[in-house]
Amino acid sequence: MELTVNGAGRSVAAGASVADLVRDIVAQPRGVAVAVNGEVVPRTGWPARALRDGDRVEVLTAAQGG
Amino acid sequence: MPFELGGQTFTSRLILGTGGAANLHVLEQAIRASGTELVTVALRRVGTAPGSTGGLLELLDRCGVRLLPNTAGCHTATEAVKVARMARDAFDTDWVKLEVIGDERTLLPDGVELLRAAEELVSDGFTVLPYTSDDPVLARRLADVGCAAVMPAGSPIGSGLGIGNPHHIRLIRQGVDVPVILDAGIGTASDAALAMELGCDGVLLASAVTRAADPVAMATAMRYAVEAGRLAAQAGRIERRFHALASTPDEGRPEL
Repeated sequence: MELTVNGAGRSVAAGASVADLVRDIVAQPRGVAVAVNGEVVPRTGWPARALRDGDRVEVLTAAQGG
Repeated sequence: MPFELGGQTFTSRLILGTGGAANLHVLEQAIRASGTELVTVALRRVGTAPGSTGGLLELLDRCGVRLLPNTAGCHTATEAVKVARMARDAFDTDWVKLEVIGDERTLLPDGVELLRAAEELVSDGFTVLPYTSDDPVLARRLADVGCAAVMPAGSPIGSGLGIGNPHHIRLIRQGVDVPVILDAGIGTASDAALAMELGCDGVLLASAVTRAADPVAMATAMRYAVEAGRLAAQAGRIERRFHALASTPDEGRPEL
């Protein structure tokens, strides 16, 4: 299925969860937060949160900032 | 005397922002030189903004500092509340430097959205440290809704213009019972010292150190400036006089 991840198109296997996607994107999930379609998905909910075709996903992490 | 903020005790009254550092090596040296115990971080898309490619959290761990996530770049209360919740999830802290920007050129806060976001985050259990304007009434309203501190701008973020309205900073200090942290606009050490002399409980700065020609030297200067300003504020300065008052006595002066 096709997602928009951090503003760019990305194909993932059908049935993938947020946890699966995070594992594909970052080496380790520490310091990472996720929102799907503008709603925050807490870390504890990643494995159970199935992604759907067309979902907009933001995968954020620590960056330098004042 | 230690600095109480959000139920925690700090020795240093300097909070350092990580934005603007040329690289993580310089940032680490500057953090260490500053003596800070509380450091801000932003949340950005993985692998995009400086620091988001990895290593920043490990660096902050090594320095032994507490994290203060910010909501930089947010323009509405709704957006800032979401970013704060994502930061809590990412960094396991309910502390947030709440920023809700109302103007692109000055990056000054939108007071209406800021107050709304602060109220919601406080009721959600966050320790809210709002970046606000130097408006004493807004600062009081933020304290009234339960913010753990108020952080008025001395002047626009990154401008290095120092403290534009020292009188308002004093009024803010008198008007709230929570710590007042001068945030934004600091250009050099004397600005930080002045903030403390005005009665501020702490200073938050980033660009003044990270964009200085020698960030490590400036971090050291800021450390001493905050300490010096605090000591001077407590020491009780002399009155300003129109004319001179000799420090050497007239008594015993020879006739030559």
